[in-house]
Amino acid sequence: MKVLKFDRQAIGEWLSKLAEDYDIYAPGESSQGTWQLISDYSQIDIKSGVPEKPVKNFLFPQPETLLTFSTVPDDPDAFKPREPEDSGRKNVIFGVRPCDARSISLNAMPYEKDTYYKANMEKNLIIGLTCNTPCSTCFCTWTGGSPMGTEGCDISLTEIEKDSFVARGVTERGDKLLCLATAASEASDQDIEKLSGLEKDVAISTDITALEETLKSKDMMELYNAPFWKDIAERCVNCGTCTFLCPTCYCFDIQDETLHGRGRRIRCQDSCMFPLFTLHASGHNPRGDKVQRVRNRFMHKLKYFPDRFGSVSCVGCGRCVRDCPVNIDIREVMRQMLTF
Amino acid sequence: MSDISKMKNPYKPYSARLDNIKVETEDGNLKTFRIVLEEKADRDAWSHVAGQFAMLSIAGKGEIPIGIASSPTEQGYLLFTVNRAGVVTTALHNMREGDRIGVRGPLGNGFPVDTELKGKNIVIIAGGFAFTTLRATLIYMLENRSDYGKITVIYGARTPGMLLYRDELEAWQARDDVDIHVTIDREAPGWDGLVGFVPTIAGQVAPSPENAAALICGPPIMIKFTMPPLEEIGWTDDQVYLSLENRMKCGIGICGHCNVGPVYVCNDGPVFTRAQVQKLPVEY
Repeated sequence: MKVLKFDRQAIGEWLSKLAEDYDIYAPGESSQGTWQLISDYSQIDIKSGVPEKPVKNFLFPQPETLLTFSTVPDDPDAFKPREPEDSGRKNVIFGVRPCDARSISLNAMPYEKDTYYKANMEKNLIIGLTCNTPCSTCFCTWTGGSPMGTEGCDISLTEIEKDSFVARGVTERGDKLLCLATAASEASDQDIEKLSGLEKDVAISTDITALEETLKSKDMMELYNAPFWKDIAERCVNCGTCTFLCPTCYCFDIQDETLHGRGRRIRCQDSCMFPLFTLHASGHNPRGDKVQRVRNRFMHKLKYFPDRFGSVSCVGCGRCVRDCPVNIDIREVMRQMLTF
Repeated sequence: MSDISKMKNPYKPYSARLDNIKVETEDGNLKTFRIVLEEKADRDAWSHVAGQFAMLSIAGKGEIPIGIASSPTEQGYLLFTVNRAGVVTTALHNMREGDRIGVRGPLGNGFPVDTELKGKNIVIIAGGFAFTTLRATLIYMLENRSDYGKITVIYGARTPGMLLYRDELEAWQARDDVDIHVTIDREAPGWDGLVGFVPTIAGQVAPSPENAAALICGPPIMIKFTMPPLEEIGWTDDQVYLSLENRMKCGIGICGHCNVGPVYVCNDGPVFTRAQVQKLPVEY
């Protein structure tokens, strides 16, 4: 795998070259600090921490057309579903933090049979950027990640000193992109030494260890019946912000839309925080109470998912902690589950 | 990364035509739709197990999970008995023979008719319109009669007019290799059969738990009251098979709607033993 060294100008030249074949997205300089289509490097504005929106919106386009169909009654193919045509254009997502990048591979586990998710993984190339300055809401190391992590990336960039970056190819297609970086140089032994030094330095200190193993060893129904869910859910307003901002909340709804003889079946994000999520046509609702929904979200991430797939379905990005209007903190929930 | 061009798109329904529509109940709320897949390749590829379900798809309205009411031994068509309840079922009820719908499936696990249930005495207990996948199961078992021991069926509805598959019930009652008990909730003019709720009749029939399995489908309240009389005569939870229902969208264990704790009704079920269900949260 290739290891190259870039300065800012070299990255700019490289991205301009990539823009010929790819749409380049990066955290932009707008006040939202979120993903924007960029045409030149000066538009990129990467602050420490994560952009407002998770990278999942590239993997789960909002909305995503699953099928199209005609609704014209005389059309012999009316209501026959067709797969939408793909433009073939690929994206390069630049500046993805290790937590967000890791979410792509975690979500790929339940989406194993999902052809659309697989296609979106192929369509989006991820250039990661490791974290030198974690935020107060960051806790990736609790859940199995690292500020220097490369999982889910095609290329991983690290700022080893001001305006000087080392890029590591992580996948074959990442290496191919690095081959186009004519202004970059091979990283020296000294650069690689600095990189390994950072790996030791930026670890997030925590007393939480073996989160996954401890949660997996707990009895599912005992956790489910724990009294603390009532306290956690009490202040929740079921706004769903946590689910929309969470990089590993991957639930979706499927809806049909029709207009002027044409129709499409789309999928869009859905949230288990909403009563409609589980409402039967009969009116019966298996998770009609707020406490059931709040418990389901945390139990899914921290018990059901690890029991089935091995990892907790949380990458420690801290968006839900930062943006919850009533300050529900998943780290506190983790502590309660661990000590129950 | 796997080659996605070789993967089957799990969201694309087969195109199908409504071949026959039959009103089942006196209130008109239940209809049985016989459908035929349009493409021969799709018909040839289709293979299901009794107890599985499919997503019925009406382009422009949406999709709904419905149990497959026909047995795998009924070739060339599929049957779905549908209660009119929401947007898609209402649209379906308003459709005519010859209209096009979509079918995605078969989905779910089905009853273990070729494994655990083989060689056993079978007790089928159904209430109301939950008889559909049990009809599929019963027909499959009668077609493979020597694979099973004694077969007992207890089926109840509110009124005679609310019973599904009336003609078939009569035909089964005439057979000597299946023991059928059809009951209605209250006395009704012209009805000379059993009267009483399903749990009561189950207690009277008192099927032996010896080398037996019970398949129970019905409203939750019926299942709740059917268990005590069975338990009294020695039935245990691992002999009892239930079929759960929940709202679902994808039908393949991804979208997150139908989970009951750690399990997905669509993919891990819909059929579970009562012993399995007892270890899960009551979220169904």
